[in-house]
Amino acid sequence: MIKLSENNYKPLELSLLSHYQDNKDNKYKLCHPKVKQAREDGISQFEDIRLPLTSNEKWHQTNIQHLYDMDFDIGDNKPEFNKRINEIFHCYVHGFDTNVFALLNGWYYNSNDKLLETLDDGIIVGSIIAAQEAYPELIDSYFNEIAKESQHGLGAVNAAVFTDGIFVYVPDNVESKKALQLIKMVNRDKNVMINSRNLIIVGKNSSLTFLHCDDSINQHSGFLVTNTEVFLDKNAKLDLYKLQNLNNQTTLVNSTSVHQESNSDLKVNVLTFNGGSIRNEINVDLQGEHAAADISGIYLIDNKQHVDNQVVIKHSVENCTSNEMFKGVLDDSASAVFNGHIYVARDAQRTKAFQKNANILMTPNATIDTMPFLEIYADDVVCSHGATVGQIDDNALFYLMQRGISESDAKLLLMYAFITEVTSKISINALRLSIDDMVKKRLRGDLSICDKCVLHCSTPDIPIEFEIDLSKI
Amino acid sequence: MNIKENMLLDIKDLHVSIGGNEILKGIDLSINYGEVHAIMGPNGTGKSTLAAAITGRNGYEITSGEIIYKSNNINEVPADIRAKEGIFLSFQYPVEIPGVSITNFMRTALNAKREFEGLPAIKANEFLKKMEAMKKLIDIQSKLTNRSVNEGFSGGEKKKNEIFQMAMLEPTLAILDETDSGLDIDALKVVAKGVNAFRSSENAFLVITHYQRLLDFIVPDFVHVMFDGRIVKSGRKELALELEEKGYDWIKK
Repeated sequence: MIKLSENNYKPLELSLLSHYQDNKDNKYKLCHPKVKQAREDGISQFEDIRLPLTSNEKWHQTNIQHLYDMDFDIGDNKPEFNKRINEIFHCYVHGFDTNVFALLNGWYYNSNDKLLETLDDGIIVGSIIAAQEAYPELIDSYFNEIAKESQHGLGAVNAAVFTDGIFVYVPDNVESKKALQLIKMVNRDKNVMINSRNLIIVGKNSSLTFLHCDDSINQHSGFLVTNTEVFLDKNAKLDLYKLQNLNNQTTLVNSTSVHQESNSDLKVNVLTFNGGSIRNEINVDLQGEHAAADISGIYLIDNKQHVDNQVVIKHSVENCTSNEMFKGVLDDSASAVFNGHIYVARDAQRTKAFQKNANILMTPNATIDTMPFLEIYADDVVCSHGATVGQIDDNALFYLMQRGISESDAKLLLMYAFITEVTSKISINALRLSIDDMVKKRLRGDLSICDKCVLHCSTPDIPIEFEIDLSKI
Repeated sequence: MNIKENMLLDIKDLHVSIGGNEILKGIDLSINYGEVHAIMGPNGTGKSTLAAAITGRNGYEITSGEIIYKSNNINEVPADIRAKEGIFLSFQYPVEIPGVSITNFMRTALNAKREFEGLPAIKANEFLKKMEAMKKLIDIQSKLTNRSVNEGFSGGEKKKNEIFQMAMLEPTLAILDETDSGLDIDALKVVAKGVNAFRSSENAFLVITHYQRLLDFIVPDFVHVMFDGRIVKSGRKELALELEEKGYDWIKK
């Protein structure tokens, strides 16, 4: 029983609790039992642990408490879907053909009233709310099975009040030919908090490339909380890219939990270009032998932007491999956090786990908090971790200048070269070239918040002004 | 021809400090077009500082004196402009630049120079032809140029890569800073071949070396011996041989 008068709830906590109350006996009651249970457990946990404070060890470097006193619209009024997605936004990446889906203000976007559809290769994509009714067995098997217990109050309340999200099911033995692209757009005329929940299931021997874009359309404050569960069955393969280009008034807490069965292959690449405050949580549980996880990311931030990357990789069984590489370039008073937790269970012999975090600070006011945490209980393992923080190497800078390259171009070249170690992992050519372009623009300070998809250049035909042709032949 | 017009580099009473410590204590050096000058001397005597001062490296402060290059005082000119004006340094310790391929590095540098000279960017096939020719000359394997600059190169390969870059950029004043260190005799001969193929009446060389051996292959017109931040003795190529025979202690007297 929720007693709203107790306990000094912050305004946002009260709004969330009251929102839950409003929906408890109607909308939420009609949910699939798994979902209903998740909502109930979520609100219960939330009442107990509340929104995260900096006194919470895992949050002490990321302070979002000012949001708890703000007046956010949590209302999930379904917007009008009167345009087709490609009228709102268009992906201009040349040669990169994707199936585009969108969430608008937390709702699955469909202008044709199709809440779920089956693509040519048999992949099912749609609204997770609709999936409750259409695919109850899948929801039963997978929903809230991977991110079972929320690590903190935001995850808990997200489970309780989430609006909608994307549901992707790749049946067994399907090698998807076309990547899926999810654009999450926020377009409200006031400050808004949006909770979404996604579920991606990749069947045995199947493969999927998924591009998850987070964008702002306008300058209002957004508090976006997303929770994505991923299940990779035996021998499944997922390439997951996250592109984050949000305005400086937006806070994004983005959790991704992955369960990997044997021989599965996960590649995650988190590309953060802009955002007020972004926290990425990536939790991987390697539950089947010979599974592999490669988690990478870049963050190119300035002003007072803040990025917090929390990666937890659990080696539960033998013979698995994990690799983490995060690189950042920080300017002005930007700040970043990197916590890489590697857990190797007692029986997880022949584990290989590697971690690297490298940072370039352009000013004395930029800060990076980097901390590895290795918890190893097996004795036959190979694990390593490394973190570097530095400025642009003077020797390298002089070397380039001595060949006639101007100081500013030399700095850009070195920063770009620094970042390419991560971006070269992008396996789709067209996407990698597009990201390279964005990196160059961002390093020059030319990348503003697009009002459309990050991949959409409103002037796609204007050549890149970066004088140095850095495409590797 | 007027002596001044034939002079490429004229260093007058140059004093250079690093972090407040005076390293060069009054260097006078004149290099004419078409000449090869060698600078020898014990370690720590300021040879590399001289190279750094001429090329405009940060942290090397000219406290007095002048560096006149192509009749202009370049004391305040930034390093990249000096490079575009034709000054090239073959580094003693070439830097590794992972993520930047040699091919692209060279094309960028070449085009930066051409733009400075008012020329259009080099055409792709012209560039590739030039690359192939220079690779042959300096005996560099084709696949090496696809790799990142100096990444994973042995010391000798790095030095050869420096001379390769020199051949591509065709500088007016090439400074070779201890190019011979770390090279076996065969690599040394190849490097010398590259330098000699490139020698002309339109350019000049300043060869900084610790050992006389290189000068058997790159025969200098003048040899200068540095000690304690000054040029203490100058002569012709025989001076180098005399130095080898008698050792640096002879100079210290």
